Amino acid sequence: MHMADALLAPAVAAVMYAASGTAAGISIHQLKKDDDTRKLPTMAVTAALVFAGQMINYTIPGTGSSGHMCGGMLLSALLGPQAGFLSMIVILAVQCLFFADGGLMALGANVWNMAFYGCFVGYYLIWRPIMRSGWFGSGKGALRSRIIAASVIGCIVTLQLGAFSVVIETSLSGITELPFGAFAALMQPIHLAIGLVEGLVTSAVLVFVYESRPELLRELDAADAGAGKHSLKTTIAILAVLALLVGGGLSLLASGNPDGLEWALFGNAENGYSENMGLDEEKFGLTSAAADKAAEIQEATSVLPDYAFDGSDAPAGTTVSGIVGSALVAGAALLICLAGGFFRKRKRAA
Amino acid sequence: MNKMEHALHELSEMDALAAGTSPIHRLSPLTKLFAAVLDIVLVLSFGKYDLSGLAAMALWPVALFQISGIPVRTCFRKLRVVLPLVMAVGLLNPLFDRAPMLHLGGVAVSGGVISMLSLMLKGVLCLMASFLLMATTPIDSLCAALRMLRVPTLLVTLLLLTYRYVGLMTRELAVMTDAYRLRAPGQKGIHVSAWGSFLGQLLLRSMDRAQELYSSMLLRGYHGSFHYANVRPFGTADAAACAGTAAILALLRAVNVAELAGRLFTR
Repeated sequence: MHMADALLAPAVAAVMYAASGTAAGISIHQLKKDDDTRKLPTMAVTAALVFAGQMINYTIPGTGSSGHMCGGMLLSALLGPQAGFLSMIVILAVQCLFFADGGLMALGANVWNMAFYGCFVGYYLIWRPIMRSGWFGSGKGALRSRIIAASVIGCIVTLQLGAFSVVIETSLSGITELPFGAFAALMQPIHLAIGLVEGLVTSAVLVFVYESRPELLRELDAADAGAGKHSLKTTIAILAVLALLVGGGLSLLASGNPDGLEWALFGNAENGYSENMGLDEEKFGLTSAAADKAAEIQEATSVLPDYAFDGSDAPAGTTVSGIVGSALVAGAALLICLAGGFFRKRKRAA
Repeated sequence: MNKMEHALHELSEMDALAAGTSPIHRLSPLTKLFAAVLDIVLVLSFGKYDLSGLAAMALWPVALFQISGIPVRTCFRKLRVVLPLVMAVGLLNPLFDRAPMLHLGGVAVSGGVISMLSLMLKGVLCLMASFLLMATTPIDSLCAALRMLRVPTLLVTLLLLTYRYVGLMTRELAVMTDAYRLRAPGQKGIHVSAWGSFLGQLLLRSMDRAQELYSSMLLRGYHGSFHYANVRPFGTADAAACAGTAAILALLRAVNVAELAGRLFTR
């Protein structure tokens, strides 16, 4: 699910950086407040372990394929959501910097899609409520079942949210011609299966930790002390609200058009959609004199004048001369390489 | 060689490249970070049909690769990670965007094909920029640059420590995977009966190790931050490099060099 730089427009990448940066800032602030910075080496070692652990292939019984582990849920169950989130950021940074998995600009989006949902949504809305609930009765076996349930539900929900964010971000960037609805219909079911497998693998590791060193897991004391404090009903209600949010977002945006949000918000006046959405360009002042002036200024000062929402740029650079020129550029690049090699060889000989 | 040994190999390769002494290696990490981010932002700002404009953007990175003595080949090997995902998103473009945009010797090329190609080219160019940054900048220098940019100490120290441990943990898991495979021949991965214990064992041991590590850090006088040795300060050469790169990249962004060069031959 690592997004590459090429899949994002600069504006979308910047927004995602801002969102992830804010979450990171709050996490750091909270860790400092709780004086949890002494956990730093534990965070680093666990992050490195999760990084390497994600390369292990786990055989799925009955099938010929194998699955992997989900880092976000594991880290937040072991370290807590804030420390887990920071560890995930670092894992994603190492993957992007040294293994080209993801991208420098896409890091913000990747942190949001994988770390934010996995750690915060996964912990506060799934792990903690389920661990504190009275699911499966009480006792050791019940706790084990709760760990499995929380990991599986957590992995599925957070992966669905992440996959949906990938669809939104790519569509907003105007990268793919694939209609929004079709893209979502392609991404969500795949990640449902992945989430299930990842959840099972993650729960196996967590159950092992629970059986040998239960004090390492978060929320276990609370689970023992306050069993039944949050009933099954509360948990189901929370999950239902979450499902409604996701489903509502899906149906609102999945209108089967490639231009994403702008289309959804301002509609397509020729087809009479603007009334449907209730958002008119005129009403939003997009065509007023002031707006025109602002657009002119923006046009003049913008570093990225070509970045427009409609994605239907003039077909610049698609002429025959453009193609001939591109071939020339390729030739020039090759020449630079050859020249570099030539000078290096001479230097070595000298 | 298993997957983890591949990863280790890639890590040590990057370390070896970053230890070079070319003029680019000698620049301040801040300069290189600035140049890489500027390059990526400009590449991403191109419209989806602007293939020839994008092509020209390859010139400057290629030249920098040559100056720094980093083989372009090593960079392209990493494309196997980047391209599949970009392709997965772009591959359907030709099916949806069929309006012919260009006639090339009687063959009509649709807008979808052009947008797919430009998407792939963007993937390659972005990879080149970030690879160049990492191949010429050791991780401690990069962390020092992040500190100069006021990124919180906690995050930067965590990055540095994690990077150090990634090598160690990957090595350990590579050995464990090999040992497991030798005892379970003909098996594709970890059997379901060992799903938890395989990683769990190492996890427990590592948590203890982390405690010992922290104690030893404290004994050596650690109190919240690291000191970064020999970080190159931002000097006049860096200012010149920043200005030069910005000017060249802005020129390549503003003027379609490929189109201009092509016109010389087609008209």
